[in-house]
Amino acid sequence: MPSNWSDRTELKGKAMQALTALACLIIIAIVAIIIGNIVTYGAGKLSWEFLSEPPRDHFTKGGIFPAIFGTAALVILMTIAVIPLGVATAIYMHEYAPKRSRLVHFVRLAIQNLAGVPAIVFGLFGVGFFIEFVGRGIDRGLYGGSLVYGQPAIIWSALTMALLTLPTVVVATEEALRAIPANYREVAYSLGATRWQMIWRVVLPQSAGGILTGGILAVSRGSGEVAPVMFTGAAYSLPELPVRLHNQFMELGYHVYVMSTQAFDVEATKPALYSTVLVLLMLTFLLNFTGIMIRARIRKRLRDGR
Amino acid sequence: MRSSGVLPYHSEVMPLPKLQRIGILSDRFAAFIIKGSAFVAILSLILIFVFIGKEALPVLTSPEVRSEASLSRLFLPQVHHAGEAAEFSWQPISDVPKYSLFPLFIGTLKVTLIAALIAIPLAVAAALYTSEFAPSWARETIKPCIEVLAGIPSVVVGFFCLMVIASWLQGAFGWTYRLNALTAGIGLSLAVIPIVYTVSEDAFSSVPQAFREGSIAMGASSWQTASRVVLPAAMPGVLAACILGFGRAIGETMIVLMASGNAAVLSWSPVDSIRTFSATVAAELGELVQGSPHYHVLFFIGAFLFLLTFVINLIGRWWVGRLQKKLQGAF
Repeated sequence: MPSNWSDRTELKGKAMQALTALACLIIIAIVAIIIGNIVTYGAGKLSWEFLSEPPRDHFTKGGIFPAIFGTAALVILMTIAVIPLGVATAIYMHEYAPKRSRLVHFVRLAIQNLAGVPAIVFGLFGVGFFIEFVGRGIDRGLYGGSLVYGQPAIIWSALTMALLTLPTVVVATEEALRAIPANYREVAYSLGATRWQMIWRVVLPQSAGGILTGGILAVSRGSGEVAPVMFTGAAYSLPELPVRLHNQFMELGYHVYVMSTQAFDVEATKPALYSTVLVLLMLTFLLNFTGIMIRARIRKRLRDGR
Repeated sequence: MRSSGVLPYHSEVMPLPKLQRIGILSDRFAAFIIKGSAFVAILSLILIFVFIGKEALPVLTSPEVRSEASLSRLFLPQVHHAGEAAEFSWQPISDVPKYSLFPLFIGTLKVTLIAALIAIPLAVAAALYTSEFAPSWARETIKPCIEVLAGIPSVVVGFFCLMVIASWLQGAFGWTYRLNALTAGIGLSLAVIPIVYTVSEDAFSSVPQAFREGSIAMGASSWQTASRVVLPAAMPGVLAACILGFGRAIGETMIVLMASGNAAVLSWSPVDSIRTFSATVAAELGELVQGSPHYHVLFFIGAFLFLLTFVINLIGRWWVGRLQKKLQGAF
């Protein structure tokens, strides 16, 4: 083989390899720039006052406490709905259904497709189903037709968000279930446990980490999404905190959206806006980081265990 | 109670003690609840389809809605004022409401293509590097970075495009419209990169090690192995990654809503403002009369987005499955 030819191909190979490394560098740089920019401009206004006080003077002074409170209330309600549902779905697929069951195939397909449905479509569904159908139905049945639940409300936002985050919880729980050695289950059965006793006393405690991961990742996703809550319950500015299920609420992400597109004076609200973005970013990162850490430990156990 | 059926785990002939009876009853009850919950995922997909379809259907059936927004008005050029040429126009709030979906289609197509052109080469190259060339410390850096990128809420990406990227580009190139298809496309690519990267990285790492060993043993360099053995073997997975990326880009709302300028202009220029399907729904649903033609048209768009992403995801997942079968079948 002529050495000239092999030198050239090797050079070309090295160059292409360097290009792929460059692609990695670009992605890392983008992430660093976004976070650096938001931290630089957002840190200035961040204070205890900013986190604990309601906004004043068209959001130029005061804080964002109502938005933080609303986001927290939203994700708590969402978690209450999504965790039992997601965990039960994963348990059915992994513990109850027969192997190669057609139903499991369809459930898994539905979960994958649910994960691909655009957030805005969930928003439309929230309006069409929860508000117009369920909410109006409750109003007709219990409140004699007066408007209580048949309008945007935190409960409808939370339920819409629960559907959006269902795949996250199911996938994380299933992964944890897979990590439990089969002989744990056999021992439970051999001691005379029913299937439910086995699940309640053996499988669920063993998979608590995975369920926690799913829950945390779902909360992280839920606290950042805006499109599903825009029409189902989020409001720009409210005099009071949401205390009833049919109240509207303020949300961090929605707040960022409205402030950056519809503010009276963009320059005056900019510092507060940057700080709000920083709070939102820190919240989702902290949650993601915790979730990913727990997941890494489960995966390690899965690798070492088998 | 005992005579009502076969007991699953006990075959004693003796009557069961009370505690065990409770155990069996609760077992049956739990099985019922858990099986029921498993149907919720399927049920909610069906409900999404039914309830969005229900609100979209008047576009086809109701004479009242059709007088303003029939299918031909949505898809064909319309003459709005006598004597003027027929045109495609989306102006739902004007004296003569115009509901042509064509400008929205062009806008969505433009921004999706720009995002794909940026995201796919970057993400696939990065995935190839991570799986084939990277030393382990580099792998440990890039993977968390992608997870961080995936974890940034889309409203934050939209904010960053609106505040920072738009100003940079405006300063550098001085375009007429500060917010345009390119700005939004760059933002959108940030949302697409993680999914394309993750799925194609999975595809590359599922290529059996023996493929690489065989190639190296024949005297191929590591780049030749990567480009002529690993990449072709993983191709269905990479294509699936691109398809899933498209699905994500078409449905993404907040980034385009904040960074695209939201003007339904009919043009092919990448630096004109655009309005996409998803942003139209997000911007207009809040401020309109329920049951008006406009309301039903927005649900019609929603139903279209739902079906489109549904089909895209089905194809994508199917291809991922096919790749796994193909590579397993190699042995």
